[in-house]
Amino acid sequence: MKIIKRTGWFAGVILVIAGLLCAPSAWAAENGKLRLGIVTFLSGPASGPFGVPAENAAKLTIAALNAGKMPAPYAMKGINGVEIETVVVDEAGGATKQVEEFRNLVERQKVDAVIGYISSGDCLAVAPVAEELKALTVFFDCGTPRIFEDASYKYVFRTGPIATTDNIGAARYILDTSPNTKSFAGINQNYAWGQDSWNDFKAAMQVLLPQAQVKTEQFPKLGAGQYGAELSAILVENPDIVHSSFWGGDMEALVLQGAARGLFDKRSVVLTCGETGMFRLAEQMPEGAIIGGRGPYGVFAPDNPLNAWFRKEYQAAYNTPPTYPSYKIVQAILGLKNAAEKAGSAPGKLPDTDAIIAKFRDRASRHRADWWRWASARPIRRCRASPMAPSIARARTRHRRSSTSGVIRRNA
Amino acid sequence: MGRDLTLLGLTLALVLLLAGAVIFPHWLTFLVMMSLARGLVVLGIVLQMRAGLVSFGQGLYYCIGGYTAAMLGSLYGVREVAVLIAAAILVSAAVAFVLGTLLSRYRDIFFAMLSMAFSMILYGLLVKSPALGSTDGFNVPAMTFFGWKPAVQSTGVYVITCFLAYMIALAYHYYQKSPAGYLAGAIRENEIRVEYLGSSAQWLLHAKYVMASVISAVGGLLAALATGHVDPEMAYWTTSGEFVFIAILGGTGHVAAPFLGSTLFSLVRTYAYQFFPYTWQMILGLVLLLIIVFLPRGLWSLIQRLYSEKPRAADR
Repeated sequence: MKIIKRTGWFAGVILVIAGLLCAPSAWAAENGKLRLGIVTFLSGPASGPFGVPAENAAKLTIAALNAGKMPAPYAMKGINGVEIETVVVDEAGGATKQVEEFRNLVERQKVDAVIGYISSGDCLAVAPVAEELKALTVFFDCGTPRIFEDASYKYVFRTGPIATTDNIGAARYILDTSPNTKSFAGINQNYAWGQDSWNDFKAAMQVLLPQAQVKTEQFPKLGAGQYGAELSAILVENPDIVHSSFWGGDMEALVLQGAARGLFDKRSVVLTCGETGMFRLAEQMPEGAIIGGRGPYGVFAPDNPLNAWFRKEYQAAYNTPPTYPSYKIVQAILGLKNAAEKAGSAPGKLPDTDAIIAKFRDRASRHRADWWRWASARPIRRCRASPMAPSIARARTRHRRSSTSGVIRRNA
Repeated sequence: MGRDLTLLGLTLALVLLLAGAVIFPHWLTFLVMMSLARGLVVLGIVLQMRAGLVSFGQGLYYCIGGYTAAMLGSLYGVREVAVLIAAAILVSAAVAFVLGTLLSRYRDIFFAMLSMAFSMILYGLLVKSPALGSTDGFNVPAMTFFGWKPAVQSTGVYVITCFLAYMIALAYHYYQKSPAGYLAGAIRENEIRVEYLGSSAQWLLHAKYVMASVISAVGGLLAALATGHVDPEMAYWTTSGEFVFIAILGGTGHVAAPFLGSTLFSLVRTYAYQFFPYTWQMILGLVLLLIIVFLPRGLWSLIQRLYSEKPRAADR
């Protein structure tokens, strides 16, 4: 009797586990849709400024694509007439977990392509796995210059610029607007992003403005939240320019604490990721702060019907204007759509991965030269007065430095 | 249960897992591979737990194992796993021997905190090393496995992981059956009596610390080979906390418990990711809570209960 009871128990447990293991592969059966994996931060400090705005924009765009309501030239339903369905995965948890979950997305959930990854560490870890699994993967945000620069991949694409362009762009902007800069300082988070950003900026400054001296380099911990000591160190040195690649909550804390301490009073502060906070901090963003948006995104985006449509729909759906992470994921989705539709299959049928990749590569190399010019000249602007929000419409026009009406000024 | 079925059970598991290389879907072989690698790190924690010490810094050796492999692979061009295994064992044993002279003097919360502190020192050092990629880490190149070059890298890692886990598990099991193994329980219960019996508690704990570290470093090495990437997160305290979580989940009663625990942990987490992308952390927390409430001695106590085996004091 006891043996039977025991065996029954065991068989039950094994059945449940077997059921769990088999269930998802049954759901991943062919249903004629394009299954797209979306990986972005849904929890943790990067979810608020980056992950969730990106996810929202992806949802909005995919719904519009499936309904065939995007403006031309993206008016075809879904991707090449095929409806898109999404599998959303949280990017939190580190590179090891992301490699596991990437494999699960491709091999268990059987997605046709993956769009995602904000963290550079995740991108570095996922790229070789995507190559091994021959899974078409588009990185939309991570900024490390170590993915395609240190290795070469067939199945992996990145649709946004690297962080080096942000920081060289910032240095060039300073050369154009304040050529008499005598000194500069940096406050960056002590991890790969902050270290790389500062090194790129410093190297660019030393070439473009060789007379400018480095006054101090501050590296507080990621997520520190309190910057009193670092701000004191900077204010004592009194540099003309302060560079910071802070993002999200850290960047907002730096703006609030720096404003109280007079950081922004007599000098220009460059916030290379300042764009995500410009609507949330519309009242507090100090006059004269120079902000970047990681490329031609957000208020730096070109004025065209697609952008007008996107801003209107996003504002209506989420009650705030879209910031750069939202733009970047839309760019990745549209890049994939564009390559797939150029691959030459009849509408309603998905071209095979190799054909999409060939078109994707082709388009990427043709646009690369333009990209660098765009990215290094455009994505930096200066705020002139607060509040900023009502002046977004004017961001398209050029303002002179002496203009008092212009809120955002772009280097002509 | 008079007979010891461990050898039979482990060998059977090895055969099943090796067969799995062909029959399992790929994502499952990867999950098993990572579970075995993490299981080894947890085995290191359990080895010390049986002597009453909870290490909140086992990530230190997980990271040392991973970085030894990755650095030899990408900076020095080593392409043979046998060399990496030997190097990981040597490096971790040397570090553990030095740190052990200090750590073996501490017990309870002091041991836990101090072990965590050492692991966070390594984390801090790695984060401040741009040459090693800082927080982004770097990739591990493809390897040969004792001269064998498989068509797909992960097949080789899978096979080597199964064999290493099998051998370490067997060694661990027979060690626990030896006098030194049984003394762990005695040290936990009453250290002074152990000293009066003629054994040195400090020496024993030092030896166990080195052993646990080597086992964990092998786990780290295998995890690095499996994911093809290392980053300082491996030494961060939340990673070590996860290993303690798995140790509690599995229980300390038997060598198979950590592997069982880490497989269950991986399964729960991956399905929580899939079905509850916004609340997966809550699901993991609930599972731990339920296990603590209903199975305070971990999953293994369920199997002991199934076979009506009373947990003995020494096996707790």
